[in-house]
Amino acid sequence: MNQSIQVQVNGKSYHLSIDTRTTLLDLLREHLGLTGSKKGCDHGQCGACTILVDGRRVNSCLTFAVAYQESDIVTIEGLAHHDHLHPLQQAFLTHDALQCGYCTPGHICSAVGMIREVEAGWPSAVSPDLNAEQVTLTDDEIRERMSGNLCRCAAYATIVSAIAEVTP
Amino acid sequence: MKPFRYEHVPDAAAAVALLTQEPTGAFLAGGTNLVDLMKLGVAQPDLLIDVSRLLSDRIESLPDGGVRIGAAVRNSDLAADRMIRGQYPLLAQALLAGASGQLRNLATTGGNLLQRTRCVYFQDISKPCNKRLPGSGCPAREGYHRNLAILGATEACIATHPSDMAVALIALDAVVRVLGPQGERSLPLADLYGVPADEPQRDTVLRHGELITAIELPPLSFAAHSSYRKVRDRASYAFALISVAVAIENHAGRIQDVRIAFGGVASTPWRAYKAEALLRGATISEQLFRAAADAELADAHLLRGNAFKAPMLHNVLTRTLLDLTPEEL
Repeated sequence: MNQSIQVQVNGKSYHLSIDTRTTLLDLLREHLGLTGSKKGCDHGQCGACTILVDGRRVNSCLTFAVAYQESDIVTIEGLAHHDHLHPLQQAFLTHDALQCGYCTPGHICSAVGMIREVEAGWPSAVSPDLNAEQVTLTDDEIRERMSGNLCRCAAYATIVSAIAEVTP
Repeated sequence: MKPFRYEHVPDAAAAVALLTQEPTGAFLAGGTNLVDLMKLGVAQPDLLIDVSRLLSDRIESLPDGGVRIGAAVRNSDLAADRMIRGQYPLLAQALLAGASGQLRNLATTGGNLLQRTRCVYFQDISKPCNKRLPGSGCPAREGYHRNLAILGATEACIATHPSDMAVALIALDAVVRVLGPQGERSLPLADLYGVPADEPQRDTVLRHGELITAIELPPLSFAAHSSYRKVRDRASYAFALISVAVAIENHAGRIQDVRIAFGGVASTPWRAYKAEALLRGATISEQLFRAAADAELADAHLLRGNAFKAPMLHNVLTRTLLDLTPEEL
């Protein structure tokens, strides 16, 4: 069943008619031509589809687009400013934090959201003190907080060092 | 995926009224489980009513010292809340042990309670499953059941409840507030999951159209002295093989009061009343903790592929109790 929707993606407003079954991921890739967000498992298990909704990282494959018309959506295509890469994009290049690159947009969007969570003082399952005022982002913390993103090439060692370079 | 209509309504009462008239409709909140089940063909609603903006997303202190958690509070916000971290650490730990950062940002408190089992046969519509299709049979008992139940299971179903959060909440005697066509009602979380054993197709006692609006935690002073420990097949981002939630009050070598619940071992979050009864008032020792674990596990029904859960649960409960009473030994 089709429905007219309006969505805000990377600062641009789009009006279109879509099937209610369309996920945000399929909307981005199939309707808006934004193919940076990737479809890996399509079940919320791999993180390749991670985008930022109202500043928070989420799995776009588990969201129906019709439910996100009032949200501010940012994808990997919206992170760079003209020719200036986002610091995490640059760090992934510098650290060679990928092989095939399929999971990379999801990793970078996830890391952007993750760093905001750290700045807000959110604990993780490996935080030594649940009530600490500030989070110290050790490599163990990065691994735990990024566990929703899989890399089948197993470039994890350099993914961790790339993120560590950008951390607050 | 089966086509569906998507509806926005002005408030929760309108959502309840609309769903009550639509026998094949469903509420949509975070969607992390429902959307997945729709892709798999396990859930096939004709109508989705979006309730994510209709319910409270606030965490409030109550005059009696308890806490009210709006049903739309995201799992990540609940885990990060300073009051929850300080007063109910087992709840924050349980939330942080579940899912991934991305999923916790979507998942709501109400929806978390209503997750369906991750039993592989339930999620595969080409297989029989008494929970999905009553009377079709249960291949899990003879098949793959490493993740499935050892307590309270029946011939018809050995599914496990997937939630970590609900294990902490049942240990805390949480109360669920529900809005239905006849108005509001409250019920203990343990009663929410109190369905007859011969009806595996039902996960909760909620009637069609009823909507969880909030969770209330009664005051429990010693909840600040608590812990949630989870064992899984990988270090992060996996469902529990077993998990243990404990809150304990001890003084001068004796246990004044205790709350214990298990995850990953039953079709519901499992409150360990037998272990609690044995511990209350008793003198602290490792032997006592092991006896309490044995008491709760006495009725365990072990299968070829999940028998490892009994000694694992025994050891993790003992270790968790020891860690919470270090000065007493």
